[in-house]
Amino acid sequence: MTVEHAQRRTPKVAKTNSVFKKAVMAISGIIMVLYLIAHVIGNLKAFSGAESFNSYSGWIRTVGNPALPGQTTLWVIRIVLLVAVVAHFWAAVSLWRQAKRARPQGYVTKKPTAQSYASRTMRWGGVIIGAFIIYHILDLTTGTVNAEGFDSTPYERLVASFQNPFVTIFYAISVILLGMHLRHGIWSATQTLGQSNRRREKTVSAFAVVFATALTIGFLLVPFSVLFGLID
Amino acid sequence: MRSSVGNPAAEKRGMNLTLRIWRQQGPTVKGKMVTYKITDISPDMSFLEMLDVLNEQLILQGDDPVAFDHDCREGICGMCGVMINGQAHGPQQTTTCQLHMRSFADGDTIDIEPWRATAFPIIKDLAVDRRAFDRIIQAGGYISVPTGTAPEAHATPVPKADSDAAFDAATCIGCGACVAACPNASSMLFTAAKVTHLGLLPQGQPERNDRVVNMVAQQDREGFGGCTNIGECSASCPKGISMETISRLNHDLLGALRAGARPKS
Ligand code: HEM
Ligand code: SF4
Ligand code: FES
Repeated sequence: MTVEHAQRRTPKVAKTNSVFKKAVMAISGIIMVLYLIAHVIGNLKAFSGAESFNSYSGWIRTVGNPALPGQTTLWVIRIVLLVAVVAHFWAAVSLWRQAKRARPQGYVTKKPTAQSYASRTMRWGGVIIGAFIIYHILDLTTGTVNAEGFDSTPYERLVASFQNPFVTIFYAISVILLGMHLRHGIWSATQTLGQSNRRREKTVSAFAVVFATALTIGFLLVPFSVLFGLID
Repeated sequence: MRSSVGNPAAEKRGMNLTLRIWRQQGPTVKGKMVTYKITDISPDMSFLEMLDVLNEQLILQGDDPVAFDHDCREGICGMCGVMINGQAHGPQQTTTCQLHMRSFADGDTIDIEPWRATAFPIIKDLAVDRRAFDRIIQAGGYISVPTGTAPEAHATPVPKADSDAAFDAATCIGCGACVAACPNASSMLFTAAKVTHLGLLPQGQPERNDRVVNMVAQQDREGFGGCTNIGECSASCPKGISMETISRLNHDLLGALRAGARPKS
């Protein structure tokens, strides 16, 4: 049977290698994860009172002084994170579009055999996490959308924010999505960076579950403590 | 063995099935699902034999038989892949030709569709053009060796674990189920199987870096999606090619890029 007339819509030659894009994703993801570990530890200082929490916030702004002037450390962290978020997002969108082009017409019937909920929600979950990050900065860092405004201490903004149940629920959903993102992300990054094998597979998956759960619980502790009046 | 023939209690009547099959006249025309009734199918028939019965019926009725690919009918050529009730090669982890009707129940409705991927254009009905796989192999899935007398086997020892893993990877039959099942329509498992097979053996070393960059570049060029390690491929692969091969491909690719290997354009 001749197929020479078959319509082969050959997509644009991928400018960047798809595996390279995945590596960008994995490395930027790991940078963000490292930051999140530090972040959750900082958050838990809210349990030792306003002073401890605020002084941590002050510390991160002045650490390295006087060798590093002003808020150098803080800005270095911010820039590294911004680059990581942009790179991660760029790679995600680009692979998403590649996948769409790769199967323009779907199946009438498709039954998932092995995929997890976490792996299916990476993309839209990621978008929600991204939206959350923007809101989160406007709320607690700049105070733009916070009831206490900018002219307040970080602790005041924290309490004002999470006394609102809607804010706490949005926060909780986002953090749980983040946990799922990392559940699949940690396994996926191990594969992407070529560090997985048959023997390690179980360990990596188990670690991903434990780590993602611990991080999610860590992030949920403070807001729910505020909501239920344990922190005020 | 006692035969059930002549024993009315044990003798099973054939199965009656409803088939919904993707019919498409050619590559550029629109297709649709068409429903067929089929009766008295033996549970011992293979899935392809069941389709043969349907086609005989269609031919007798003067209809166009359903086009589907097949060759060896013994699970080794990789031609026969179709989507059955939303699963590549159907409910068992085997090839469509090795799937038997006993995997279905009397009265079932079975949806049969072609592989769906830009890189696997439909030729007709259930038959797709999988030559994109050939081009990925041509891009690097080989070793260049001088021909002549067979070399002395003991001259190049291979550790047992490596030769076993290489052999496991070499069992890929290029059926395309991995692409069909993958939510990204990625050919990563197929490519990774070949990269693993050759990369584990001494004979594969000279071309190892070029092989991986060129094969990955070719699969991108063919229009396959990128891998996100979901695992549908390995779970649908009739040969059980493991996810480990994908990690190995990634490892080789990143190493090759660092070493300065670049794809031929
Ligand atoms: C801006 C919003 C985000 C989007 C749109 C997004 C999207 C994605 C997508 C589509 C993947 C690949 C999915 C897969 O491999 O199955 C991924 C992987 C990953 N993400 Fe995100 N993500 C976002 C934010 C984050 C954040 C905040 C973190 C970390 C704290 C993170 C950590 C990771 C990690 C570690 C991976 C694994 C990398 C890999 O697959 O090799 N992501 N992300
Ligand atoms: S990796 Fe498995 S599913 Fe993919 S082409 Fe090879 S045999 Fe078929
Ligand atoms: S016909 Fe050869 S593998 Fe099925």
